[in-house]
Amino acid sequence: MSIQIWTWILVGITFSLYIGIAIWSRAGSTKEFYVAGGGVSPLANGLATAADWMSAASFISMAGIISFEGYDGSVYLMGWTGGYVLLALLLAPYLRKFGKFTVPDFIGDRYYSNTARSVAVFCALLVSFTYVAGQMQGVGIVFSRFLEVDITTGVIIGMVIVLFYAVLGGMKGITYTQVAQYCVLIFAFMVPAIFISIQMTGHSIPQLGFGSADDNGIFLLDKLDGLHKDLGFSAYTSGSKSTLDVFCITAALMVGTAGLPHVIVRFFTVKKVADARKSAGWALLFIAILYTTAPAIAVFARTNLIETVSNKKYADMPEWFKKWETTGLITFTDKNQDQVIQYVANKELNELEVNRDIMVLANPEIAGLPNWVIALVAAGGLAAALSTAAGLLLVISSSVAHDLIKRMINPKISEKGELIAARASAVVAVCIAGYFGINPPGFVAAVVALAFGLAAASFFPAIVLGIFYKKMNKQGAISGMIFGILLMLFYMTKFKFGWWFGGTKEDWWFGISPEGFGSIAMMANFIVSIIVSKFTPDPPKEVQEIVENIRIPSGAGAAQNH
Amino acid sequence: MKDYWKHNLKYLIILLIVWFAVSFGAGILFVNQLNEIKIGGFKLGFWFAQQGAIYVFVILIFVYIRLMNKLDKKYGFNEDDNL
Repeated sequence: MSIQIWTWILVGITFSLYIGIAIWSRAGSTKEFYVAGGGVSPLANGLATAADWMSAASFISMAGIISFEGYDGSVYLMGWTGGYVLLALLLAPYLRKFGKFTVPDFIGDRYYSNTARSVAVFCALLVSFTYVAGQMQGVGIVFSRFLEVDITTGVIIGMVIVLFYAVLGGMKGITYTQVAQYCVLIFAFMVPAIFISIQMTGHSIPQLGFGSADDNGIFLLDKLDGLHKDLGFSAYTSGSKSTLDVFCITAALMVGTAGLPHVIVRFFTVKKVADARKSAGWALLFIAILYTTAPAIAVFARTNLIETVSNKKYADMPEWFKKWETTGLITFTDKNQDQVIQYVANKELNELEVNRDIMVLANPEIAGLPNWVIALVAAGGLAAALSTAAGLLLVISSSVAHDLIKRMINPKISEKGELIAARASAVVAVCIAGYFGINPPGFVAAVVALAFGLAAASFFPAIVLGIFYKKMNKQGAISGMIFGILLMLFYMTKFKFGWWFGGTKEDWWFGISPEGFGSIAMMANFIVSIIVSKFTPDPPKEVQEIVENIRIPSGAGAAQNH
Repeated sequence: MKDYWKHNLKYLIILLIVWFAVSFGAGILFVNQLNEIKIGGFKLGFWFAQQGAIYVFVILIFVYIRLMNKLDKKYGFNEDDNL
């Protein structure tokens, strides 16, 4: 069977599975819509969190980025997993004990102020929208590559599916579809990785395979370092970013992960505090399976690529090369007219451009794996993009319906009215996300990475101080959040969009890239919060008692509807 | 209550020191020194940055779960599973 038929079959089966689950688990109350009724088991929640978290970027792009950046790519591996340690130790158990529906709920109540709540809603919407646009784009890419429909149709199919189960099922529907999506995506990621690992090293465990030797007794990593050196690239295992920048980017990604509202909200869905801790552990375990495999895939793909193309005749290129060439993701310009591909670091002489996203998508083809494996990758990519998109849409719809309408504009709204508002805002959010997926503004790719910086600069300090520093008051938290997010937005727009007189790499403060600046903005937030709180009145007694109370795990009860 | 919290903070500090040491320490700050050591085909610093740190993160959370469950029990804050 051809790749395309296999892809239609696998995508068809997985999509009907998601829809079936949505119908089975539709939400009847706001509590079911926002937090799945608060009765999800830690294991299921761990699976759902892992799928929620691992986006199109994790599935499609990450191994490719590492493949091209080598050691420098480690920032994503450590950054996007280390955040879960912070989440499990510093946030999840206490937020669960607090027992509300959303992150702005916590900020608003802990800092006894609707101003704080509005700032939090604004940050949550900003972070979620930038993120979700990237997911819809991912859906479009997978559809157009594998099924040869155009990107617009692909995005619309994706929108309809997400709409169906997010709007109907709310958090409950999303949770159980995410469990299924995790299984699909991890299977789709691991099968080609294991195949290739066996092919190249004889090891069936990719994590060990990329540290072992080939048939000639040469270690794969040494071989790759050697290839890189010959072609003028910096050694794969050492990288080229400054230590300070690597440090800052890793910190910003870790803290950003812990501050992402769609991840935090998943911990509101379990029964008790101990379950919140447990599900963070499960989530990281399930995430780690993919994240420890990705660097292995990166090494296999990189070695395969260089060995296939470097100094080989263009006419002898395999079929997959031609196929990806027609999509424009591989381009060959024969600068010296010798019909041979020169793939080197020197930009003047280099004749080959390879888009990093195809490293995962094309990997099975490059390795000559069977068609069903190639189709599986498409279904996995879709599962990753859809699960994350759904989680983000829920944050958007609950921010609007719950935090904005119920808590601020019309507190008297009935439960039924709130549910309608939540569903309506999910529909609007899907349409906006779809629009950006079809007409991706140039800044989406740049901004998705920066969503972490924004989350790090705004939420993380406010939540941590809210739990660990009883005397933190509303003045401190609000000024910290506003200062942090404005500083981050300033730095990002200055160096990414060229506003405020722009600037180049040489002008970066202390040589820190915009991606890493989130950690500086976060520190600024902490400092401003603490200083301001010292000069303003302590929070009221009741609030200090709430803080005492969230530190004790027992008696969390069900998530409260106010 | 005060004791429980103090105990909790002690665990947090210890676990976060390990968290920092394996990622920012072994994977970033001392990566060049550790790269001098090779285990199999892996340079040790590189291995920590792309594999080891992640394994330790997972272990850290499960250790934390264990420690806290014990602590909850000691202070009577644990809740039955069938609740």
